[in-house]
Amino acid sequence: MPEESYRVEALDLADGGVELRLAGDLVLERADALRRSLTQAAAAGTLTRLDLSGVRSLDGAAAAILAEACLAAEASGPRPALVGAPKKAALLLELTAQRPPRPPVHGALPDASLLRTIGQTTSKLGEIGRSVLTYLGCLAHSTRAVFSQPRSVHWVDVPRLAERAGADGAPIVLLIALLIGVITAYQAATQMHQLGADAYVPDLVALSITRELGPLITAIVVAGRSGAAIAAELGTMRVSEEIDALETLRLDPLRFLVLPRVIALTLMLPLLTLLAEAVAIGGGLVITTAELELTPGVYLRSTRDALDTWDVAGGGIKAVVFGALIALISCERGLATRGGAEGVGRSTTAAVVASLFSLIAADAVFTLLYSRLGI
Amino acid sequence: MIRIEDLSIGYDGRPLMEHLEFQVAPSEVFLILGGSGCGKSTLMKTMIGLLRPLAGRVAIGERPLAEDGPPPFGVLFQSGALFGSMSLAQNVALPLQKWTDLAPDTIESLVRWKLRLVGLDGFEHHLPAELSGGMRKRAGIARALALESPLLFLDEPSAGLDPRSAADLDELILTLNESLGVTIVIVTHELSSIFAVGGSCILLDREARGIIARGDPRALREESDDERVTGFFRRRSTAKPDERTPS
Repeated sequence: MPEESYRVEALDLADGGVELRLAGDLVLERADALRRSLTQAAAAGTLTRLDLSGVRSLDGAAAAILAEACLAAEASGPRPALVGAPKKAALLLELTAQRPPRPPVHGALPDASLLRTIGQTTSKLGEIGRSVLTYLGCLAHSTRAVFSQPRSVHWVDVPRLAERAGADGAPIVLLIALLIGVITAYQAATQMHQLGADAYVPDLVALSITRELGPLITAIVVAGRSGAAIAAELGTMRVSEEIDALETLRLDPLRFLVLPRVIALTLMLPLLTLLAEAVAIGGGLVITTAELELTPGVYLRSTRDALDTWDVAGGGIKAVVFGALIALISCERGLATRGGAEGVGRSTTAAVVASLFSLIAADAVFTLLYSRLGI
Repeated sequence: MIRIEDLSIGYDGRPLMEHLEFQVAPSEVFLILGGSGCGKSTLMKTMIGLLRPLAGRVAIGERPLAEDGPPPFGVLFQSGALFGSMSLAQNVALPLQKWTDLAPDTIESLVRWKLRLVGLDGFEHHLPAELSGGMRKRAGIARALALESPLLFLDEPSAGLDPRSAADLDELILTLNESLGVTIVIVTHELSSIFAVGGSCILLDREARGIIARGDPRALREESDDERVTGFFRRRSTAKPDERTPS
């Protein structure tokens, strides 16, 4: 940026005003220097003349700075006279100056400080509560209408959604289940061996996997994978007005979009959970036979003896509820999306966080309930 | 300003247009015309470097198109393509913050005046979602002008706008060309805009995979004996081209 190709000179006039002589190339890169010169000239006295006869080129940025200075000078006196401006520069200055400035329609966006965010989130809690209640009420109404108008549900979507949540998600769910089985068995083997209770390791692995870890870990993976996908998909549909289009076609988004997803996840999560439990117990078998003096036959017999129907069924019931919770929450967050791409990101994050919290809370309720019922 | 030499464009090796040759002169308003799906936007994306040509060359100014450094042109996309999480002022300030060393208060001042130039002063703190389609396009032009680039590409600037907003935008384009001396390349098929903005043009045809006419749009409409050309220029328009007065 050759500074020498730009020159500015301030002259004190006999009438007490200041004339500013500008020469060279007045372009974007020199906007700072030009602005400083004009500010200094204005501080030295009233800017009455701007001599542009030495200006070789002038772009929109320089025109904006000059117009701003003229406007500022006009506030305290007459408008500075423009002398010797090249034709294009004069046209540009005229164009810039002829539009009177308008005050902002509303104030600046508030800073996203932590305290402000906490305050805003808290004040929105009531709004969110109302929105969730409305959603649940509408969903209950829509579900009731399913029985009178079964065709109003978009059944054709259910197999596709089930495949996406179930078959497509199975590899990652099963891999994680295998590792959970390995970790659980390894931890149990280390502790039990010290107590001389090796024979109880298969029981511990089987019961902890079927009653707690299997349903919970599977649900967490599905929430992160399918729940996020549902929220992002519905959120994008909301911001691109596809949901509005559905409504104008008199198609209920709850029956068309939400119920198929709830059905798909409610069906798929118990199946994924059963598979995950089997694989996790297999992982336990590998570690137990490798680390302890137990044969695979003994391990499998101990596992069969330790489990009763309710251990597996209880986990299955949890999985059904977890599947419905993930789908309901993800759909609700997706449909509540506002704004553009950022809004979709917010909804997806909120869907995963809310799903995880509700899964843990529901699991706690189930544990308490099963304990009271003696299951 | 722009030289297109033996250019072939398309996707996955399949050509949409072949052997294109034309030049855009400095400070000219140049129109790329053609029906929907003929490859107008693909040509523009190739000219601005978003797509690689299948063959041939695009030269902008004296230097070849560099991949680093500030862009030598501004671009307005069909939807405006403003960043939804940023206010209008932040959208316009972004290229200045990225590519200049100007002080924050100078940038603020430039952004204010740039928005004023496109008639959006007062809307600095609005998010794009709070604006109409026409306002979003104006803001997109302000962002494209932020770096004082001497070349502006506009993709379907008046598409989807009501006749009044479209006429306002056409007037703004002419004003920018006249006052800033900016070379403006416009991709469009809107007849009302074509005749309001004028300039020279090329007309693309999907079947011919190339340019079927070039020159002044009014002259082409009146004098061409090619049915494809007269068919394009004489189809029905929502506004009569010669009678519309930009307001």
